[in-house]
Amino acid sequence: MRLEVAIRAGLGSFALDTHFASEGRLTALFGRSGSGKTSVLNAIAGLLRPQQGRIALDGEPLFDAAGEVDVATHRRRIGYVFQEGRLMPHLNVRHNLLYGRGYARHADGPSFDAVVSLLGLGALLARRTQALSGGEKQRVAIGRALLANPRLLLMDEPLASLDAPRKAEILYYVERLRDESGVPIVYVSHSLDEVVRLADSLVVMSEGRVVGHGSVEDLMSSIELRPFIGRFEGGAVIDARVAEQDLENGLARLEFSGGVLYAADVEALVGERVRVRIRARDVSLALQRPVDISILNALPGSVVALGEATGASLDVRIDIGGTALISRITRKSANALGLAPGVRVFALVKSVSLDRRSLGYA
Amino acid sequence: MLTPDEFDILLLSLKVAFWSSLASLPVALGLALLLARAEFPGKTLVDGIVHLPLVLPPVVIGYLLLIAFGRNGPIGAFLEAHAGVVFAFRWTGAALASALMGLPLAVRAMRQSIEAVDRRLEAAAATLGAGPLAVLATVTLPLMLPGLFNGMLLAFARSLGEFGATITFVSNIPGETQTLPLAIYTLTQVPGGDAQALRLCVLAVLLSLAALIVSEWLLRRARRRTGNA
Repeated sequence: MRLEVAIRAGLGSFALDTHFASEGRLTALFGRSGSGKTSVLNAIAGLLRPQQGRIALDGEPLFDAAGEVDVATHRRRIGYVFQEGRLMPHLNVRHNLLYGRGYARHADGPSFDAVVSLLGLGALLARRTQALSGGEKQRVAIGRALLANPRLLLMDEPLASLDAPRKAEILYYVERLRDESGVPIVYVSHSLDEVVRLADSLVVMSEGRVVGHGSVEDLMSSIELRPFIGRFEGGAVIDARVAEQDLENGLARLEFSGGVLYAADVEALVGERVRVRIRARDVSLALQRPVDISILNALPGSVVALGEATGASLDVRIDIGGTALISRITRKSANALGLAPGVRVFALVKSVSLDRRSLGYA
Repeated sequence: MLTPDEFDILLLSLKVAFWSSLASLPVALGLALLLARAEFPGKTLVDGIVHLPLVLPPVVIGYLLLIAFGRNGPIGAFLEAHAGVVFAFRWTGAALASALMGLPLAVRAMRQSIEAVDRRLEAAAATLGAGPLAVLATVTLPLMLPGLFNGMLLAFARSLGEFGATITFVSNIPGETQTLPLAIYTLTQVPGGDAQALRLCVLAVLLSLAALIVSEWLLRRARRRTGNA
């Protein structure tokens, strides 16, 4: 499945000018509130009409200002899970789920029972929607969209209105959906945790424009995108494989192209692939391998580039055997160590800073 | 309790009110949808015309109906020739006059309830494959049901009280067009009719009260079903 979006739209004082193409299983549209992410979803769904441009799914235009194509929303077969659920208040859960079923003219969609079991909805079917919790509402909304047999599923911050335990619950279901339903997903979020855990392809948006587009690993370690991703949360993402689970100490040995990393409380089996986000502020640098130190991970590498200083600190991009890592250190330390491109360093990462929140299961 | 004459008057009033509110339902719903959802040139004019019966003297409405729907009127003659329907001096004419007088009330109530329907739900229905008509039937109408009941009831109640347009258009014919208000008026015009008029007044009060209670009950049921107002 290939989604192409190239649109311009003026929305009051705000201008949307967005271009990207995606073939991922789950493409995340990432950006701060007000960056135009939801408007892009609305344009893909046909709920917002751009002034110019083109939207196509597998080469078939859904919207084309030049060719005067504008397929009506109900004929696009694009599922949409809204931020606030939008369940029908006059229907119970079962009838909400079945709502799109009658309009889906394609017989090859998922069965009702398969969706109910995928999302764990069995016990809720007879309930009224008013009696559902936030997390349950979102699960019903996801199931309802799936049962309409969409070609593409749009999800607009489905976790935004939920508390932490409910978030974890829905994240789990979104992962299953990504891996088991076969429907490609475009997922809007402003949370790096969610993006790292779920996405294989990432579109970073700011003020209506795409400022970065590519794999999660590439974009997260890009120093240019730092201002858009946020300084506090920013860092590199690496792809790794669980090589060993040390159950006694609760540590997992993760292998990646640059070496070995120990992480705490990884809920994955040996052999599974995981994605680890390492925040820049959790990475220290040393010129020699330190001894007598609690930090388990000392990864040898070399400095690639030094970013612009912001206040007292700056970001240093390091290459660890082909894997990019970012370290945030003070200007004072950078000067004291004489850091410059090419200098060999050890990147120090505390294992406890790598926990379930920074892990994605691929 | 009721004399046969009084019973006939009650029955006729109910018949006229029932048919007038039922007949005005599709018209009122169509106008309410048009005014709530469509943008077109002349919308203000249509809105104004719909509201005319609310501000015009009822006698004027009745007289205009007589001119248009009378046996020699352009519409009346056409309908009698082609559909065999006669309004002049028949209870059907009383129902027509009441329907017209109640129309603005019904349209207003329905329009407000349509405007209260969350359009985001309609958008959600469209993403699930429902076309515009399906959205109307499965989302908009069920959610505006309380307003629909309310509009119907207002039209019904307005019909029970209709006097001016009815007496002008179809006159005051016992057994055919003499509804409750007309019968009360007639009794007050004859010597010694006060006691009987008072009996009918009590009947009118009870009838209106019953209509209000039934509507409140229907409204509450509909609200419980849709989960909101």
